[in-house]
Amino acid sequence: MKYVDEFRDRTIAEKLSAQIAREADPACDYHFMEFCGGHTHAIFRHGVKDLMPSNVHFVHGPGCPVCVLPVRRLDDAIELAEAHGVILCSYGDMMRVPGTKQHSLIRARAAGADVRMVYSVQDALKTAHDNPAREVVFFAIGFETTTPPTAVAITQAKAEGLGNFSVFCNHVLTPPAIGAILQSTGAEAAKIDGFLGPSHVSTVIGSEPYEACATSFNKPVVIAGFEPLDVMQSVLMLVRQVNGGRAEVENEYTRAVTREGNLKAKALTAEVFELRENFEWRGLGTVPLSALRIREAYGAYDAERRFALSPKASREVKSCECPAILRGQKKPTECKLFGTVCTPETPMGSCMVSSEGACAAYWTYGRHRHKAGHAGAAE
Amino acid sequence: MLSGHVDMTHGGGGRATADLIRNLFHRHLGNAFLNQGHDAALLPAQGGRLVMSTDGHVIAPLFFPGGDIGSLSVHGSLNDVAMAGARPLYLTAGFILEEGFPLADLERIVISMANAARDAGVPVVAGDTKVVEKGKADGVFITTTGLGVVPDGVDIGPHRVRPGQAILISGTIGDHGVAILSKREALDFETDILSDSAALHGLVADMVAAVPGIAMLRDPTRGGLATALNEIAAHARVGMMLDEAAIPIRPGVKGACELLGLDPLYVANEGKLVCFCEANDASTLLGVMRGQPLGRDAAQIGVVTEDETGMVQMKTGFGGIRVVDWLAGEQLPRIC
Amino acid sequence: MCLAIPAKILSLEGDAMAVVSFEGVKKRISLALVDDAAVGDYVLIHVGFALHKVSPEDAERTLALMAEAGILSDEIGEMAGPPS
Repeated sequence: MKYVDEFRDRTIAEKLSAQIAREADPACDYHFMEFCGGHTHAIFRHGVKDLMPSNVHFVHGPGCPVCVLPVRRLDDAIELAEAHGVILCSYGDMMRVPGTKQHSLIRARAAGADVRMVYSVQDALKTAHDNPAREVVFFAIGFETTTPPTAVAITQAKAEGLGNFSVFCNHVLTPPAIGAILQSTGAEAAKIDGFLGPSHVSTVIGSEPYEACATSFNKPVVIAGFEPLDVMQSVLMLVRQVNGGRAEVENEYTRAVTREGNLKAKALTAEVFELRENFEWRGLGTVPLSALRIREAYGAYDAERRFALSPKASREVKSCECPAILRGQKKPTECKLFGTVCTPETPMGSCMVSSEGACAAYWTYGRHRHKAGHAGAAE
Repeated sequence: MLSGHVDMTHGGGGRATADLIRNLFHRHLGNAFLNQGHDAALLPAQGGRLVMSTDGHVIAPLFFPGGDIGSLSVHGSLNDVAMAGARPLYLTAGFILEEGFPLADLERIVISMANAARDAGVPVVAGDTKVVEKGKADGVFITTTGLGVVPDGVDIGPHRVRPGQAILISGTIGDHGVAILSKREALDFETDILSDSAALHGLVADMVAAVPGIAMLRDPTRGGLATALNEIAAHARVGMMLDEAAIPIRPGVKGACELLGLDPLYVANEGKLVCFCEANDASTLLGVMRGQPLGRDAAQIGVVTEDETGMVQMKTGFGGIRVVDWLAGEQLPRIC
Repeated sequence: MCLAIPAKILSLEGDAMAVVSFEGVKKRISLALVDDAAVGDYVLIHVGFALHKVSPEDAERTLALMAEAGILSDEIGEMAGPPS
């Protein structure tokens, strides 16, 4: 696989591993947050941790749009399918996430709601074309990578005058989330020495937006590609910054990320969406100017304007530590429910059900590190 | 070719049912046993230990690249029996037909079953047909059973799995699952990958003849290789250490899985087997497998380790270690 | 988040669509977010859309940088002399 296999090369991995071990100061502990859930997944899937020296630690971040979606919004999506009789189109990632009382989209479907899994928002548009007598709602989630495709679909719907299509918008933004994590202070603060910046969010927004985080909070950011060698090279660059007392934005993923990003995608996003004053994130609480809603000009395609959603007293499971885990303050193993009540088969919170949630990644790929007698750092 | 559609009279038990059975099922599947004309087939006495299995087939789409529900159901039951080290002797087939299902499609399926059974040398000796109202079945559901006999000296089962044994696979993983997914409209991708649906009993017979002491055989169907290995590890209370670089996988399967965010270890196979044997029997068995079309890409993919918790681990192509866990529910394509 | 894979553009179609290939798997995707993409270019695909072209020169440069690890440190070691 071109541009994939080369960046999984084992020989280079061993070299980088040795280099990181040479340059990491044995008197220091390095904590690097990989913001992006996709990085969490890649790190565990390839076993990158095994090639790191024991004083380099990965702190798992909240960059998993499934994980940070508050329960209330999921309950709203389920309500659209159940109470308003729409065809609800959703990415596969959301189907099994438990909402209030462990109800989910997949359970709603089993009970008769018309919930359909799609790979692309274009499939939702097609569903609207194919079912002119039904209302079709697209359950939009995702960070800045996934937002421009939704924008394209909405402009397309408007151009065609498609009367039965709307979007339930839950798009969120990365730099404000990084800021929210770094703003926690004192006992609440997670120990973070630097960030591995998201790969594909950055192809869209560019490297420039992270510069404010680096200077305001004095933490280095290295935008890291998606493959395991990218992660390792980025860790090396972060170690060098920490050792050198620098706090800059560096770009490891130069083959797909520039400083200004994808101007066309950014312009389209700005045309269709505007900032919400506030948005509640699971784990981070309410973060100002961190999420998007559909502009008035495209209001006809906004499911929140089109359908009256009932106010909800949505409840998380007590003792679920997703909030602390998403902020990098706790590890999955520090949650009372982890591996006992909460497993991938019976997830209590979103960190376990999303395949790139820290808990799911830890359980599914990494729990051998906690087996009795396993040699190697517990993480 | 028949024309028209299945209707409720076909399941009524009267003339229409009899006509359907004669003109469709007996016509294509016909053999001495079916032609006995009883509800039950009278079979000759068998020496040796018997093996029986049963399988319901509810797949959609019914026709996919490399096969259909007819051939799939025959292969499935033949393989279940073969995984006990048994020689399959007889099959049965029960059909639940949805009202409105095109008879031409049904005939295609039955012809496919007949061909698969004939190629395997195993007759369908008894059958049943029912019709349910429109909406109550996905076109057609098929249930097959297989009966076979195990040669003396062969004792295959999870109880024989021990630390130190070699884990072999007969060929590439994930082909069937990807072939099926390529037909799901919403995913909309094109691939040359064909289902690997095949009858493995011939391959098994040669393997057992070469190494009667084979410990365990399993065909990794729904849930893929990872699920089959986890089941065996849990049952036998052993661990496993796999080598990712050794697991054979076609580039097109790898590509489709990367595209959809799926892990090929959990994608279904319908013409592959996993074999556990003593370490010093591995090269003999690999030689036997590679000498046959269905085992051409056979490889050793790991070893059995001491671990009462039944954890399956894997050395990644990258050089790290990861757990290969049970699947939670169905693996869904992801965007994140 | 954001599973995106680098696929090669095989052909361009009307309506800003293209057919791309990834390891022999073909898919129709939208080029609505990427201008001046040509047949033969590699693009990152996410949820059915091309997000960005992949730069072959930068890919090569990054790989070379990674492969240097080890060589570079030996050189630095030689220049710096024994650790003080």
